[in-house]
Amino acid sequence: MTSPDKKSGEAYWKATLSLLTVILILWFVVSFGFGIILQPALDSIHLGGYPLGFWFAQQGSIYVFLILIFWYAARMNKIDREHDVHED
Amino acid sequence: MDLKTLTFVVVGLSFALYIGVAIWARAGSTSDFYVAGGGVHPVVNGMATAADWMSAASFISMAGLIAFLGYGGSVYLMGWTGGYVLLAVLLAPYLRKFGKFTVPQFIGDRYYSNGARLVAVICLIFISFTYVAGQMRGVGIVFSRFLEVDIVTGLLVGMGLVFFYAVLGGMKGVTYTQVAQYCVLIFAYMVPAIFISLNLTGNVFPQLGLGGAVASGEPFLAKLDMVVRDLGFQEYTSGNKSMVDVIAITFALMAGTAGLPHVIVRFFTVPKVKDARSSAGWALVFISILYTTAPAVGAMARYNLHATMTPGVLTGEVFAEGNGLNYEQRPDWMKRWEATKLIKFEDKNGDGRIQYYNDKSKDAEFNAKVEAAGWKGNELTVDRDIMVLANPEIARLPNWVIALVAAGGIAAALSTAAGLLLVISSAISHDLMKGILTPDLSEKSELLAGRLAAAVAVGIAGYLGYNPPGFVAQVVAFAFGLACASLFPTILLGIFSKTMNKEGAIAGMLSGLIFTFGYILYFKGIFITPMAENIPANWLFGISPEGIGSIGALLNMAVAFTVAKFTAPCPEHIQHLVEDIRTPRGAGGATH
Repeated sequence: MTSPDKKSGEAYWKATLSLLTVILILWFVVSFGFGIILQPALDSIHLGGYPLGFWFAQQGSIYVFLILIFWYAARMNKIDREHDVHED
Repeated sequence: MDLKTLTFVVVGLSFALYIGVAIWARAGSTSDFYVAGGGVHPVVNGMATAADWMSAASFISMAGLIAFLGYGGSVYLMGWTGGYVLLAVLLAPYLRKFGKFTVPQFIGDRYYSNGARLVAVICLIFISFTYVAGQMRGVGIVFSRFLEVDIVTGLLVGMGLVFFYAVLGGMKGVTYTQVAQYCVLIFAYMVPAIFISLNLTGNVFPQLGLGGAVASGEPFLAKLDMVVRDLGFQEYTSGNKSMVDVIAITFALMAGTAGLPHVIVRFFTVPKVKDARSSAGWALVFISILYTTAPAVGAMARYNLHATMTPGVLTGEVFAEGNGLNYEQRPDWMKRWEATKLIKFEDKNGDGRIQYYNDKSKDAEFNAKVEAAGWKGNELTVDRDIMVLANPEIARLPNWVIALVAAGGIAAALSTAAGLLLVISSAISHDLMKGILTPDLSEKSELLAGRLAAAVAVGIAGYLGYNPPGFVAQVVAFAFGLACASLFPTILLGIFSKTMNKEGAIAGMLSGLIFTFGYILYFKGIFITPMAENIPANWLFGISPEGIGSIGALLNMAVAFTVAKFTAPCPEHIQHLVEDIRTPRGAGGATH
C-alpha cells in the first residue's frame, strides 16, 4: 500500500468520525437530554398544549432523529466525493 | 353487512393481496432468497423495513402501554426510533459494504473464526424465536376476537400464509409483501386516529391534536392530567420511574433495535452503500408516521375510556351521586370484549355502577373522598393490549374502521413474523450448514435447506404462539436486552476497532449474553421461579431487567478490550478488511 493512499484513507476516516460525533451528540441531547434528564425543567415551558419536555420525549426527538439521518446521508455523500471514495 | 362478515371480507381481501404479491415476487436463486437479489430501491426497502420492524407489539400493544404509562411510555417511542440513528451511522453502510448475506457471517469473517459465527447464530436464534412467538400470539388474538374463530384455526391460517410467502418467496417475496402490509397497517392505524382526533380536538393531524385543545378550549393534555389526577392516578405528563432506569431502558431499546438481525439484514438488499444510509432514513420516515401518532392514540383512548366509565370526571364531579356508568347500560363493545376476558367488571360495593379509579392512591384527601362515596375498590380491569383494537369501538366509529383495524393488526404481526423466520432459516442454512457443517453444499441444496429450515421454524413459531411459555409479555426485555448486549457491541467493534481480535469478541459476546440473560432470569424467572423480587431495591444500580442490556453492552466491550489486550493481535489481512469496509467504493452485490 502506497503512503498517499493511506493518508487519504486516514483523512476520510477522520472526516467520517467527526461527522459521526456531531450526529451522536445531537442524538443524545434531544432524547436523553431534553426528553429525559431536562424533562422536568422543560415542562414548565409550553409548545401549544404540549409541555416541552413531554413533547421532546414523545414527538420532537423522533423528528430530530429523522433530520439527523438524512443530513448524515447527504453529508457522507459529499465526504465520499471529496475523498474520491464514492461509488460510481 | 354485520361486523363479522365485513371483517372476513376486509381481512380476506388483504390476504388475497399478499398472496398475489408473493406469487409475482417469488425467489429463483439463493441471492433472491437471502437478499432479494440485492436490487431493492432504498425507498421500497425503507417501507419493507418499517413493516418488518413494526410488529404486533407496535401496532397492538404500544399505544395501550402509553395510555396507561403516560410520560413513562416515552421510553418505547424514543428507544424504538432512536435506534435507527445508530443503525444508519454506525452499522448499516459498513455491513452493506462488507456485502455478505447474514449477520453471523459478518461476525465469523471479521473475527476469522467459526466459533464466533456459531455464538452469533445462537444469539440470533434466541432473539428471533422469542420475538416470533409474540407475533403468532398477536395473530391468534386478532383472529379469535374479530373473526370469532378458534385460536388454533387462527394460528394455522396465519402460519399457512407466512409459510407460503416466506418459504417460496424468500427475502424477495417477503420484501414486496411487506410493502403491501405496510400500506394496510398504516392505513388501518391512521384512519381511527384521525377520526378520534377530529372528534376530540377538531384537528385532522393526531400529532397536532394531542397538543391541541378540547371543545371547552382547555389544552387536551392539561384536561387529561386533570381527569387522571381526579381519579387518583399518576399525572399523565409526568413519570414515576427513576431517571437512571429510564435512561438505561431507552438505551437498551435503541441499541437493541440497531442489533436486531432481521432489521440489519434488510440493509443487505439495497444496491449501494449510499442507499443503505438513506434507506435507514426512509425506514424511519415510514415508522415515525405510526410512532408520532401512537402517543395521540394512547392519550385519547385513555381519555375516552375514563369519560365513558365515569362521565362526571369531565366536569370535575367524580364523586357525585350516581356518577359511575350503570353496568346494565354498558356499551356493546364492552360486552364483546368481556367475552375475551380482557376486560372485567366486579361490583365490589353492589351498587350496579362501575367505579374505575386508582385504589392504590397514596393521596389521603382522595382516599377520604373515596371512603365517603362508599367505593370499595376499583371494579374494572382493562388489559392494556385491547386499547388499540377496542379504540374505534369506544369512539363509536363505523364498522368498516373496526374491520380495517383487525386487518392492520394481522398485517403487522405477519410481516414481522416473516422477516424473523427468514433470518432464522438463513442462519441455519447459510451459517450453520453451508458455513460450518457442510461447506460443499450446492446452491440448489442450500436453497432447499433454507426453505426446509423456514418451514420448521414456522411450525415451532406456531407452537410457541399456541403454547406461549408464559413469557410473551416479557420477551421484549429478552429480545432487546440480548441484541443490545451481544450482537450490537460486537458488530460495532468489528467496524470501529481495527485491533479487536477473535478472543476478545467471543469473550465479550458471551459475557454480555450470559450476564443479561442471567439478570433477567434472576428477576423474571422464565423457566424457573424468580430468585429475587423484581423491585427497585433489589436491582443492580437501580436498573430494571428491561434496561439491563445497557450494562450488558458495556460489560461486553470492557471484557472484549481486556481480553484482546492479552491475546494474539488481530492478523494483518483482517485489518485490511476493516479498512476496506470503511470506504464505500467497490461495493458489489451481496454474495457468499
